[in-house]
Amino acid sequence: MAKTIEEINEKIKNGKVLVLNAEEIIDYVKEKGIKKAAKEVDVVTTATFGPMCSSGAFINFGHPDPPIKMTKVWLNDVPAYTGIAAVDVYIGAAELSETEGMNYGGAYVIEDLVLGKPVKLRATAYGTDCYPRREIETYITRDTINQAYLFNPRNAYQNYAVATNSSNRTIYTYMGKLLPNFGNATYCSAGQLSPLLNDPYYRTIGIGTRIFLGGSQGYVSWYGTQHNPGKERLPNGTPCGAAGTLALIGNLKEMSPQYLKACTFHNYGVTIFMGIGIPIPVIDEEMVEFLKIKDEDIYTEIFDYSVQRRNKPSYGKVNYKQLRSGKIKINDKFVQTGSISSYFRALEISNVLKKEIENGKFYLTASVAPLPLEEKYSSLDILSKEEL
Amino acid sequence: MIKRKLVLSFPENIVTQPITYKLVKEFNLEFNILRAEITPNMEGKMLIELRGDKDQIDQSIEYLTGTGVSVQEAAKDIIIDMNQCVDCGVCTSLCITQALILDNKSFKLKFNKDKCILCELCLDCCPVSAIKVHI
Repeated sequence: MAKTIEEINEKIKNGKVLVLNAEEIIDYVKEKGIKKAAKEVDVVTTATFGPMCSSGAFINFGHPDPPIKMTKVWLNDVPAYTGIAAVDVYIGAAELSETEGMNYGGAYVIEDLVLGKPVKLRATAYGTDCYPRREIETYITRDTINQAYLFNPRNAYQNYAVATNSSNRTIYTYMGKLLPNFGNATYCSAGQLSPLLNDPYYRTIGIGTRIFLGGSQGYVSWYGTQHNPGKERLPNGTPCGAAGTLALIGNLKEMSPQYLKACTFHNYGVTIFMGIGIPIPVIDEEMVEFLKIKDEDIYTEIFDYSVQRRNKPSYGKVNYKQLRSGKIKINDKFVQTGSISSYFRALEISNVLKKEIENGKFYLTASVAPLPLEEKYSSLDILSKEEL
Repeated sequence: MIKRKLVLSFPENIVTQPITYKLVKEFNLEFNILRAEITPNMEGKMLIELRGDKDQIDQSIEYLTGTGVSVQEAAKDIIIDMNQCVDCGVCTSLCITQALILDNKSFKLKFNKDKCILCELCLDCCPVSAIKVHI
């Protein structure tokens, strides 16, 4: 029998909701079967905590006197984009500091704001009749500014590649440090806990879905950039590599440093660990089939990151149980594996979200519109106007 | 007579050669293997203390480098700042002695200092700079 979001929310209100995290549902289904699980369990909480470069924040500083139409802005010497209204900016997580290089960047500015630390604001302008000021230097904090909200164009990737290195030198990538001659391999997914791997065809997660974002309640605002639902899938629905993505939005002022953390990948750049939790309503038995997915049922592909091309050679597929064991086999050689995303923190977020739902602090939403199941995934080719 | 503590890295193709034996025989060195992780078909690592004549130690390092072994001075101590660590576990892929592992129940990072050979491979891998060295 199907369950509606309204019925589940009523149960949350009455304190009668049964919530499990995406790890607990696996054994629950094994013990009680699909039918019983669909009837008894109302919500399954999924989560992920990993570096997501495509993140950033919109900020409105408020107007100084005399006012300024900012044309160049730096926050702690990190450039912010200001080609929008006078005192609105977008600070991207991956932007580097002009004075400290990779040791500081947009992600660190965002983290400092969340921590309530003062941030130096510097701006220049050309001056207009309505905005005469040509420069400003001041300090802001989370509490002095008007709005500050994260708007992350691509988060929560539905699966991702495994990276290794066949060359004879150490390389430094967004997948971390990769030792020569297949010295190690890194991966980046919460696997069985990951939101989009538990709802592979986006039956419940859609535009407008309320989520846990960096410690506050946020929303899915759109499908993410590079959303690629057409990726090859297993019969269980999970794609064998990077597929769907989400664009997320949430109030930065309510976020916590525990679930959002700036980081630097040596010789690559600055990015941000984002903590995301998404509740999945157990609407029917089919949903349980998807939710019972476990690490050994989810596969991804190993790629050689020493090949500096868009298409990298593949070394076959592995599942997340093998990856999490700490060792996989590539070309008959044992290779040590390590995760870029934190399963520990993901599990923690799935439990925090579970508690919030149980305590009636988090209600579920039906999506306003679905995420596309078909979307073109284009590459950038170098063309003349005539070749378009 | 001097003493030097070194980290030796053996590429997988020479792991099976009797290299330490030569250090005794050809260079008349005393050595003490403090920690080692040698597995066929994988890169090997060894923390070794050499005692002997300064020139002979220098020559032995030249010999080692010539065979393809990489030689570096050992650091004093590796420290993990657990307040910074987010337990991602990316460092565990670089730790050949498995001094750094993710606990298979709690998924938290565990650092077993007794297994660490101070090779410093993990130093520049930590995205939140939680791994530090005391020189």
